[in-house]
Amino acid sequence: MKSFVDDREVPSAGRPEHPDNIPLSVHDLTVAYDRKPVIWDVELNIPEGKLVGVIGPNGAGKSTLLRACQDLVPKTSGEVQIYGKPYKEQRKAVGYVPQRESVDWDFPVSAIDVVAMGTYGKLGWFRRVGKMQRKFSMECLERVGIPHLADRQISQLSGGQQQRVFLARALAQDAKLYFMDEPFAAVDAATEQAIVSLLRELNSTGKTCLVVHHDLASVTQYFDWLVLLNMRVVASGPTDEVFTRENLQKTYGGKLSLLDDVADRLRNVGR
Amino acid sequence: MWEDKEQKGLVFPLILVILALLGGVAEAALPTVEGKADVWKLVTLQSYNSRLVILSTTLLGVTSGLVGVFLLLRKRSLMGDALSHATYPGIGLAFLVMTFVGGEGKWLPGLLLGASVTGVVGVSLVSAIRHTTFLKDDAAMGIILGVFFGAGVAIMKMVSNLPGADAAGLDSFVYGTAASLIFADFLLILVVTGVVCGAAILLLKEFTLVCFDESFAISQGWPALRLDLIMLALVTAVTVVGLQAVGLVLIIAFLIIPAAAARFWSHKLHVMLLLAASIGGASGWLGSGLSSLLVDLPTGAVIVLVAATIFIFSMLFGFEHGILPRAVRQTRLRRKVGRQHLLRAIYEILESRQPDTAEPVSNLPIDLVLLSHHRSWSPAELQRLLRTARGEDHLEDELPGRVRLSESGFGEAARVTRNHRLWELYLIRYADIAPSHVDRDADLVEHVLDADVVRQLELELQGRPVRMFVPPSPHLIDQPSG
Repeated sequence: MKSFVDDREVPSAGRPEHPDNIPLSVHDLTVAYDRKPVIWDVELNIPEGKLVGVIGPNGAGKSTLLRACQDLVPKTSGEVQIYGKPYKEQRKAVGYVPQRESVDWDFPVSAIDVVAMGTYGKLGWFRRVGKMQRKFSMECLERVGIPHLADRQISQLSGGQQQRVFLARALAQDAKLYFMDEPFAAVDAATEQAIVSLLRELNSTGKTCLVVHHDLASVTQYFDWLVLLNMRVVASGPTDEVFTRENLQKTYGGKLSLLDDVADRLRNVGR
Repeated sequence: MWEDKEQKGLVFPLILVILALLGGVAEAALPTVEGKADVWKLVTLQSYNSRLVILSTTLLGVTSGLVGVFLLLRKRSLMGDALSHATYPGIGLAFLVMTFVGGEGKWLPGLLLGASVTGVVGVSLVSAIRHTTFLKDDAAMGIILGVFFGAGVAIMKMVSNLPGADAAGLDSFVYGTAASLIFADFLLILVVTGVVCGAAILLLKEFTLVCFDESFAISQGWPALRLDLIMLALVTAVTVVGLQAVGLVLIIAFLIIPAAAARFWSHKLHVMLLLAASIGGASGWLGSGLSSLLVDLPTGAVIVLVAATIFIFSMLFGFEHGILPRAVRQTRLRRKVGRQHLLRAIYEILESRQPDTAEPVSNLPIDLVLLSHHRSWSPAELQRLLRTARGEDHLEDELPGRVRLSESGFGEAARVTRNHRLWELYLIRYADIAPSHVDRDADLVEHVLDADVVRQLELELQGRPVRMFVPPSPHLIDQPSG
């Protein structure tokens, strides 16, 4: 069986020459829970200002990759650099949108309270959210289109609105690199559109976004760079170069029905 | 912090109501006039002996209420229980050590220090079990709670058999003896209260973040583990100073009940904190007051029962999550929905009688059979809806087998139908929802539309030719036959 690594078409693997300009550089990253490795030998270099889709089947380690980049899970080996430095020195440059189900939405806080949590990192210990932070949080809520829901308790928001609150919180982090874990999961069409235009807006101001994504049909519309992941990186590069049938087959394996489905979608995209 | 005026206005009257209610209960429970006089003497702190006890338990209630909120929100409620049981061996060991070095075996600060040490060891073991094995918190806490308490019982027995050591009274830490509190104990409780309140104020932002979203907190660089430890230290402090007054078995109720009761009243964290502290304080105050009147009942138990009373009251009547307010909201919504369905059904039937859409719809009597077919209502259901509508003056006087809208009912029906259709149009135009699914959604959402939204919809939909006051339905309405 041919190794995936040998015929990888991406030239960007390996250590970059100017790491300070590289928002995210992952070298030889392996993460294992208990005995089972979740991601192996991941090599990634993401250029600045890209909208990056991270795609792959369930259990491919997409969330784990995002979490390992932020020191949220212990790395078995390898290193991650954010703009040329370890994560702990670059926290303020990174914004995070965790999966929506990862928190208890019955928690007694309002939407604006959650958004303001994005400013905590820069506030530091003991200092309270002041007028400036509130105003900024409000602006972030406006950018995701729900300023009127600021004082709504979070359990009274719809799924899409909750997702927007999470995005607004990441905006409030005022970062250069954003990690988003399935922001499109189970949201309504209007929210999907709002997220897409937000991503474009971030992109146009030179921010880099890594977005875990599931819907192959919309990949070519949303992202200009792709990381195809299935425990290891199958391909990473500009969407039009790496979103090929061959790469998808390597990523999704022998799941034929799915592949046919993908092929259909590819044909549709080609039209 | 007080942006929400409505909430702010509610909290203090609420506390007063709770206090008055409990005062009333206490008064009613005591048959004699003398007894009643005693209650008020106690509640108003006129007797010195009970003053100390009452103040101590009140402060204890306030602090445990505050700390309990964070425990509850961190979903670690039972941690307090594991911790309090794990303090027991520490008391025995401390006694043993102090006796051996030749000091006074029952020196309280020493005993409490011992209690804290084993308490912290117990809780650390719980988290060690969670982190290093596949076992979850509940199992780990069960194990630690049982093992440590068992060890404590064994050590106590050994200690009491020790020649030359007087260990009598050490077992009072199990159920607590508030009456034995002295001024030094009160001071200790006061200090702990100050520290806990200070920490809760200083670290509110940090605690909230870790409780709500631990991953996000860590990704921002907050030391979640250290914050957890601080929280745990506060719980330990409250537990240990509470041992004497309420005992290690009941302290968990002190920690959790006020916080849980407060959750029924508010969606806002700071309101919840204030309420939990007040409920805890009120329980401590009234409970210890009551128990000093009912001589044979231990203070800890009475306080917990008072707290439980407040909890049940909160569970029933709490504005946000209480059972009754919820039921009332549900019923109101159901009636509103039913009313609007009825009016719209009648309007749609009237409209279908008016094939020429340029003409205004006229209000004619319609057949009940037709109406019940229109939305497949059962006869009983329809009768109920009609009764309500009549009560609201939406229907003209009864006609046999037929029904006719009153003037106000007709206006309302036109308004409801118009709202509904505007909403449907909006959904069709702006969200990619298949028109066949819209009707159902709109039936629910229509009832939350307010005048502003309606105006906005009208503006946004101006491009569509609206020939009359009520725009036509964007989908086919199933026409009833006959």
